[in-house]
Amino acid sequence: MRTVSRGTLVIDIERCKGCELCIPACPPGVLAMSKEGNALGYLYPELSPGCTGCTACQQVCPDFVFEVYKYETAVPVSDDGTEAA
Amino acid sequence: MSIVQTAKPPSIPSKKVADFKPSLLQTEEHHLCPGCGEPVAIRMVLEVIEELGLAQKNVCVIGHGCYGSFVMTMDVDCTLCLHGRAPAVSTGIKRMRPDVAVWTLQGDGDMTSEGLAEILHATARGENITCILLNNGVFGDTGGQMTASSVVGQRTKNTLEGRDPDYHGYPIVIGDMVASMQGSAFVARGSVHNAAAVAQTRRLIRKGFERQQEKRGLSLVEILTMCPTGWFVPAAGGADYMMESLGKTYPLGEIKDVAASAG
Repeated sequence: MRTVSRGTLVIDIERCKGCELCIPACPPGVLAMSKEGNALGYLYPELSPGCTGCTACQQVCPDFVFEVYKYETAVPVSDDGTEAA
Repeated sequence: MSIVQTAKPPSIPSKKVADFKPSLLQTEEHHLCPGCGEPVAIRMVLEVIEELGLAQKNVCVIGHGCYGSFVMTMDVDCTLCLHGRAPAVSTGIKRMRPDVAVWTLQGDGDMTSEGLAEILHATARGENITCILLNNGVFGDTGGQMTASSVVGQRTKNTLEGRDPDYHGYPIVIGDMVASMQGSAFVARGSVHNAAAVAQTRRLIRKGFERQQEKRGLSLVEILTMCPTGWFVPAAGGADYMMESLGKTYPLGEIKDVAASAG
């Protein structure tokens, strides 16, 4: 498990068409598809703690779903797997 | 593992490093299929145009294909022309307005099947234009039929058993043809199958526009894009399928760069 999050995303899940291109694109591997669909019925990516803000997901996304932010100071991830913001 | 809240921007101090869409696109909405590679390629082109300061000094000449829907949402001057005639139309625009960056956006069906003569003659004349070819090996807009650049063995709507060279012939490798002609300045082939390829392709597109500004001749940047719908593969499998089929016939990288050879 990742110990810090250096960035985060805004994911516009209603625009996602569920192509899953972002899942293998994510270098730290913190994106996973949701279990339930959005309003159109497509599964969408969900972010776990550990994002580095590298923008790889944003670059491969055909549906312009991602907006990427970098934290000014890295946020530690606590033992239970949540960002201790 | 818990899920991070991603519905709105973070509340702690942070810096936005990447926006949803390039600023030259008016809306994120488009109706292309899941897993399509074309919006990724169009994003790169629009970002490069902005980087080079050409936002108010470029004309897009667009062919016929799914990417044509971006005519309505791209915040650049566009003209839509007859099938495959984009290099001929952009010749006229460039000759009347040599200070403007003129680029064509064409698919492989548009460029290699319908308008092969136009791209080759524009190259032979050494026109200072940049041609962006979105190559997915099928006529995506009409439902996924074979084009001249479909690779041997590729399944399409009218080659259900795979493209058979004895019956359908061999694919036209337009990049190599254009590179072999004297009028071309820069020919390269990129892809959008993963983030590294996207970064590499962005550099190729930038070089393509730079050669036009240097008035060295025609530049062609071919970008392999996914069309999972046309290929009968799941959206998530499009990238792997592309590199196994098209990627073998169309190797990635620079094919010709006059700036590199002339020094």
